[in-house]
Amino acid sequence: MIAARYLSRAVSLGLLLLGAAIILLPFFWMISLSLKPADEIFQDSIQLLPSHFEWNNYVVAFTKMPLWRFLINGIIVCCGILILQILIAVPCAYALTQRDFRGKAIVMGMVLAGLLVPYHVTAIPLFLGLSQLRLLDSYAALILPFIASVFGIFLFRQFFATIPKDLIDAARVDGLSEMSIVWRIAFPLAWPAATAFAVFSVVAHWNDLFWPLIAVSSPELATPPRGILFFRDVEAGSSFGPLMAATAIVTAPLVLVFLMAQRAFIQGLTMTGLKG
Amino acid sequence: MALSPRQLSAPHLKEAATTLSLAGPATLAMLVLIFIPSLLVAVFSFTDYQFGARSFHWVGLDNYVTLFTDRTGRRAVTNTLLYVAVVMPLSMIFSLVVALGVQSVSTWSPRLATMLRTAYFMPVAATLVAMATVFQMLLHPSLGLINQLIGLVGIPGQSWLSDRGLVLYTLAAIGIWETIGYNMVLFLAGLTAIPSQLYDAAEIDGANNWWDRFWTVTWPMLGPTTLFVLVVTATRSFRVFETVATLTQGGPAYASDTLVYAMYREGFVYFKAGYSSAITVVFFVAVLILTLTQVRIVEKKVHYR
Repeated sequence: MIAARYLSRAVSLGLLLLGAAIILLPFFWMISLSLKPADEIFQDSIQLLPSHFEWNNYVVAFTKMPLWRFLINGIIVCCGILILQILIAVPCAYALTQRDFRGKAIVMGMVLAGLLVPYHVTAIPLFLGLSQLRLLDSYAALILPFIASVFGIFLFRQFFATIPKDLIDAARVDGLSEMSIVWRIAFPLAWPAATAFAVFSVVAHWNDLFWPLIAVSSPELATPPRGILFFRDVEAGSSFGPLMAATAIVTAPLVLVFLMAQRAFIQGLTMTGLKG
Repeated sequence: MALSPRQLSAPHLKEAATTLSLAGPATLAMLVLIFIPSLLVAVFSFTDYQFGARSFHWVGLDNYVTLFTDRTGRRAVTNTLLYVAVVMPLSMIFSLVVALGVQSVSTWSPRLATMLRTAYFMPVAATLVAMATVFQMLLHPSLGLINQLIGLVGIPGQSWLSDRGLVLYTLAAIGIWETIGYNMVLFLAGLTAIPSQLYDAAEIDGANNWWDRFWTVTWPMLGPTTLFVLVVTATRSFRVFETVATLTQGGPAYASDTLVYAMYREGFVYFKAGYSSAITVVFFVAVLILTLTQVRIVEKKVHYR
């Protein structure tokens, strides 16, 4: 009986480890290739590890292409989007939960309807609008289309709804303006929502390729995924080691955040299952 | 709507101004960035508008007719459906099996279970375009690791990304790789929510092996989670774009063309805004149906049998 239990544990653990190995294989291969000398990358025989670590691939990745630029662009775009999303969504979510006003139901209806619209749908008119405003190929083109986060409003609204009315009223009696109640009382209380939302937003926009492909054409404005494709297409087949080094560097920030703050990270992405 | 004098009084105006300053920016942004563009896409889809052109003509349903009758248009539709039909069930089955496994490991080694969960979730945290370029190396027809590995067991190497019959399944496999971790987490949450008394009760009723308990307790209790996972995976697979754009650009010969990629190519490479809008509308309607199903599931939580 006990032997059978250990056997079944061993078998299921073995299968799980095999599956995990398959899932992790591309990560392992990325690191391995990024450290291999050029002549070991494509070989007739299987060679899992580099014969020696070719750190130069990482140097080349940073010197041959403006990889720093791509990373900084990614940070500018993600931070720009996140900050504007929060600045716009949080006061609206507060108004929807703690205030009564005409048209409240309409605004709430817009939020719910907005959740149904994937961002691909608005690409053509937004492209036209940005080109009319001569804003294409700029940071504004990368950031502005995403500042109306209905999901953000939805998420913050759920948190603000749990704040006791007495607390808000006490603040009003103390003479705080509504805007300062939003930012000094309500927003700090919704910190878990803010963390989850930040993870959701940054992961989505750091990894996005669709919109950067449409909105910008100059390599100097490329976000990390767009930059990887520039690098690959320019170097067409010559420097795979540095290409893999670049992919490792681009992937690293989010993976590291995930490994360090797993709970918050997983929550941020699964709470948001409604909108992906 | 006429306002009464009371509503026009100073305090009321001030209140209204406060509300406007709080909710106004968001409302305006939603209108300008979501709702007006969505309407415009629908309008464009009935025109032959091209980016940069000075005028356009109304063409009625022509763009939709093209999409569903033209060979390349139909390819995009059927490829997307096939992609969803492969990724959705397989990702669900694999992630359920992994979740059950991880949960049973967690009964005797929580640390090991956490490590497994981390490993399976890694692709969700990774940048898909970057990982796709790694897959390009792995899948290289003559010198890629995958062909070398299957060569060890005597299977001939395949042209994973340039074989017309194979390419869509290769992309689907990457799609499964990418979604298992996410679905596993959802299933794990569903599994932890099952009260353990139910298993005790099932055992008393004679369900003494794992298989019986799975079918009498786990599977029915997981019903809502399963449906939720199915719809989330379907919605996500419908949007497949990154892997197509990185690895195949719809090729060879449109064998891996999908709706969102076709929308991108027709609109932003060939500048056929009208046709691209029609593709967008079809894509939107499909996703809308799926999302509304999902909302119904979330709201009703389905029924426990």
